[in-house]
Amino acid sequence: MSETKTKTSYTIPIGPIHPAVHEAIRLDLGVDGEEIVDVDVVVGQVHRGIEWIGMNRNNPVQSIYLAERVCGICSTSHPFAFVQAVEHAADIEVPERAEYIRVIIAELERIHSHLLWAGVAAHEVGFDSVFYLVWRVREKVMDLMEYLTGNRNSKAMFQIGGVRRDITEEQFPRIKETLEYYRAVFSQLKTVFLDDITVRMRTRNVGILKTEDALKLLACGPTTRASGVPKDVRQDQAYGAYADLEIKAITPDVLTGTVVGDVYDRIVVRLLEVKQSVEIIERCLAEMPPGAILTEPKIAKLLAMLKRAEGEGVGRHEAPRGECFHYVRLEAGEETLTTWKIRAPTYANLMSIPTILKGGQIADVPIAFASIDPCISCTNRAIVVDIKTNEKSFLSGEELHKLSIEKTRRLKAGLDS
Amino acid sequence: MEMLSPEEIVESFKTALASDFTDSKIYQKEVAIRKNLFTSIWIYVKREAFRKAVEHVCELQKYPHLSVISSSDRGDIVELIYHFTIYYGHNLKELSLGLCMDLPKEDLKIPTITDVVPGALFTERETQEMMGVEIVGIPDNRRLFLPDDFPQGVYPWRKDGRGPHDMLRVLPGRRGVRGGQNE
Repeated sequence: MSETKTKTSYTIPIGPIHPAVHEAIRLDLGVDGEEIVDVDVVVGQVHRGIEWIGMNRNNPVQSIYLAERVCGICSTSHPFAFVQAVEHAADIEVPERAEYIRVIIAELERIHSHLLWAGVAAHEVGFDSVFYLVWRVREKVMDLMEYLTGNRNSKAMFQIGGVRRDITEEQFPRIKETLEYYRAVFSQLKTVFLDDITVRMRTRNVGILKTEDALKLLACGPTTRASGVPKDVRQDQAYGAYADLEIKAITPDVLTGTVVGDVYDRIVVRLLEVKQSVEIIERCLAEMPPGAILTEPKIAKLLAMLKRAEGEGVGRHEAPRGECFHYVRLEAGEETLTTWKIRAPTYANLMSIPTILKGGQIADVPIAFASIDPCISCTNRAIVVDIKTNEKSFLSGEELHKLSIEKTRRLKAGLDS
Repeated sequence: MEMLSPEEIVESFKTALASDFTDSKIYQKEVAIRKNLFTSIWIYVKREAFRKAVEHVCELQKYPHLSVISSSDRGDIVELIYHFTIYYGHNLKELSLGLCMDLPKEDLKIPTITDVVPGALFTERETQEMMGVEIVGIPDNRRLFLPDDFPQGVYPWRKDGRGPHDMLRVLPGRRGVRGGQNE
């Protein structure tokens, strides 16, 4: 951390393990009183060398399942981008039906991920009843995924050149019933998150990321869309069945008429995207063509083909958190991938965290940090270091969470009086 | 904003870089029922013209999106690819643009681009620690993912003697890893 801070009297490291950030990452906050003046993001606590394994140990088919385990929540996004990269590198065709099944699974994942995030966001501002309610609502889509794929998460649906399981006519009623459920529950979610005065006070004008900063800092996904940049891979680039569906990127002005780029706008974007996902799945069910779901069902033959292949390719997918990017290089005669580079959406969004947090208060850190829906891995305590005396005191996760809840109560009390 | 076709983009690079432009390829693939095209463009430039090429990307799109920098150890050289996207925000108009260049192993240096693309810092730090490419002028020289006690001069993505192969435990009955002593 830079030593040039003159006004700063404290550095507060939050993490690497802390309940407010849910995964292993460290934020070093330089604070002046309650105000945050300097932010440093320290990553790497959960680096597992996945790319290295793909380049040294696994064959490409094994790497699909490894890609699936990059993230426990985006367990569709990484294989989606990865198989595309390999298909482009080896020039493998994908059956049309498979493209639609891929999109259905990816959109189910978006519904579950956005609801998971909405619950966490409610928890961060001290609304635990909403947290429980939203996660109960989320269970419906988890059950559907289990019904369709055999697993709530890590669904193992993707294969190079298609998908591994079909979605059949007999399964349609159950899917449609779940979609109807979300359509019905949407207005309730909207009321709880967007019309509640306390939620609005905790999120409006908090953690602002301006349009220009979002563009310069390469933010992606709901984070950049909430700042007014209509950037969405599903809309921008032809891949999967999205290319047929004329997707439109959602920016908050669709609902509110303005773009502020704050936490509230990020809630707006994610909630509207849940509705959008429901519509996308419905169209996929209606327009899904019949036919094969795999170009090469025999894995030994597929591997032999990949071993002969020579080339490079990129795969992109709009994960719930933003653009997920994979680059793959294949060389003839090599069993493994020659090069594999993964860029997860949070990798890009973390660059915006200092801008989002600076000028805010310590009590806003949990919700402002959570607003980019960071996917890293969790935090237990924060250490408060007095730079002058180098004395350390501990600020536990509970205390930090309490600060956040107290702020909500304070604002509420001010409202009632 | 004026949008160029993939062929026109390649031509514009040729004009802007003259003899420093070495090669290009355009990959297109039909997608789903309506057969819309996925397009990726690859531009190969000499390292001397790298900054000029990045500035040219910024001319095509005011704020190009840089996904990541990928690097491949290819024997005597390290190939860097800067994966940009331009023309985002328009229905199916976005293009993936890979800016590729070769660096000889004895001189692994490339200037930073954080002055024109500030968000590139993370991926530059990662390229520096993982591949051992020195990013000249990088505003933050610390490691990104590797722990502070990871040995200096070992680069996990290298496939030559500088890789982490000798740090690995080879299980009984298994072959060592390429480049390692136990091979």
